[in-house]
Amino acid sequence: MNNNTDLHDLGVAQLAAALRAKQVSAVEAAQHFLARAKAHQGLAAYLAIDEDVTLAQARAQDAALATGQAAPLAGLPIAHKDVFVTRDFPTTAASKMLAGYRSPFDATVVARLAQAGCVTLGKLSCDEFAMGASNEKAAIAALGLDAPQPAHNPWNPRHVPGGSSGGSAVAVAARLAPAATGTDTGGSIRQPASFCGITGIKPTYGRASRYGMIAFASSLDQAGPMARSAEDCALLLSQICGPDPERDATSLDHPAEDFTRGLQGSIAGLRIGVPAEFFSDGLQDDVRTAVEAALKEYEKLGARLVPISLPRTALSVPVYYILAPAEASSNLSRFDGVRYGHRAEKYSDLLDMYKKTRAEGFGDEVKRRIMIGTYVLSEGYYDAYYLQAQKIRRMIADDFQAAFQQCDLIAGPVAPSVAPQLGAQTDPVSSYLADIYTLPASLAGLPGMSVPAGFGGAGLPVGLQLIGNHFQEGRLLNAAHQLQLATDHHLRRPEGF
Amino acid sequence: MALTPQDIGRIAHLARLELAPQESERMLTQLNDFFSIVEAMQAVDTSGVTPLPHPAAVIQDVQLRLAADVASEPNQREANQRSAPAVERGLFLVPRVIE
Repeated sequence: MNNNTDLHDLGVAQLAAALRAKQVSAVEAAQHFLARAKAHQGLAAYLAIDEDVTLAQARAQDAALATGQAAPLAGLPIAHKDVFVTRDFPTTAASKMLAGYRSPFDATVVARLAQAGCVTLGKLSCDEFAMGASNEKAAIAALGLDAPQPAHNPWNPRHVPGGSSGGSAVAVAARLAPAATGTDTGGSIRQPASFCGITGIKPTYGRASRYGMIAFASSLDQAGPMARSAEDCALLLSQICGPDPERDATSLDHPAEDFTRGLQGSIAGLRIGVPAEFFSDGLQDDVRTAVEAALKEYEKLGARLVPISLPRTALSVPVYYILAPAEASSNLSRFDGVRYGHRAEKYSDLLDMYKKTRAEGFGDEVKRRIMIGTYVLSEGYYDAYYLQAQKIRRMIADDFQAAFQQCDLIAGPVAPSVAPQLGAQTDPVSSYLADIYTLPASLAGLPGMSVPAGFGGAGLPVGLQLIGNHFQEGRLLNAAHQLQLATDHHLRRPEGF
Repeated sequence: MALTPQDIGRIAHLARLELAPQESERMLTQLNDFFSIVEAMQAVDTSGVTPLPHPAAVIQDVQLRLAADVASEPNQREANQRSAPAVERGLFLVPRVIE
């Protein structure tokens, strides 16, 4: 590169090509993004960096590039959401419970990306244990800051970046990393991608290994990439997906796939289902306008819009908020102050140690979900809540199968509004209700993505959600890429970055 | 049927969480708010519907795998105990349980 300041404008595909062509070295790329991470630490996107570790990884990739035997993404810098455990960086899930924790191993997703040549820049902020939709539940101070605070939306720093993968969305939008990993349990990749004007995809449940992803709700959690374009996401998702039979009991025996191969295909004749329930009263006008414009663009590209119905959309909120907390209450029982993490200083006996440790280590939202989950799994309530929710979950999944008889993919908004102001959401239940458009695909285990669709109020981005049937990630990425060839929303950058 | 302060105490005990009195009060209000949106779920007729634990089971048979019962991991005691709050001679320390 002639001018290093241009590096952060390159996406994954371009930067990987520049690295292969030796126009830039892996060390230069890593140094450039680390410098940006530090220069913009006021955004609170990064929780931790370690320059020595990053530069050592970069030097190893430069050595591989010099031999001509380099991996496909050799030298590409990437940052990981802090719910992926990493051997060489601290892992906290943005919780006081895990302050200073060091994992003895790398998550499969982290290891696969490293195998593909990626260089880790550091760890990114999120809502505590991935529970939240604003990044405001982060309980660990970000890099260079004294106290915990949410990552700021680079389009308007008075607004949230969304969550739970908020730090990932901010890092990509503000060009502090070319790409990042995220996790999506009920929308945690799609919603922050939408709020920050970037592209993010969650694959079919079971395609990405959950090994080493700190568990929130095991029947819903999925990893996925967040980057600026569908092409960049396709490159990364091709490396992330694939069976992990020895390490993840729910990993599906479905082969890895090169998702870039289908990007260029025409979408003429593609049937795009538009669910009436995603355009009901709760949808804000600015979001509706941007999403409808994106759908019109698809029509221009030769796709056909098909009205469909997902009749149990509204039920997905209570169903999800029973199932996810139930699974969370079980998963988070491991934090007991014995094997890792925080332990209270003063206690009278073992039971008191557990209770005080957990009271001190967990934040309000996490406690609330543990309480809900414990209650709905407790004797006498299991059938009425947990089992009933699992049954409606099947009905919601069946509704999608019926819809996919009529269409090839489904499109609609990601969230009812653009990113809310920091501190505006004080009532937990109303923030749960705002997850209404992302929860159905999560419950059905379907791949879903957010694609930049324009801008709404306060200059904030709006995302278009695309949902595919199981294993149809390629089709989603193809449709997203074709939209991005025809529009430039994904190329816009927040002022000052 | 709204939760009572006694319910909150019982659930917090099951969840091994100590809640300060104000926290309990807030939790009671918030959980009751939450369960008001759950009521819609109770009205759904689910007779004959099989629960869906693994979402891919909608389209294909999903067998949850069992790992073979063999030791496959190397001994990493030191790395595994690096982040433990209290360790002595390779053992995790806990308060006395047996008198």
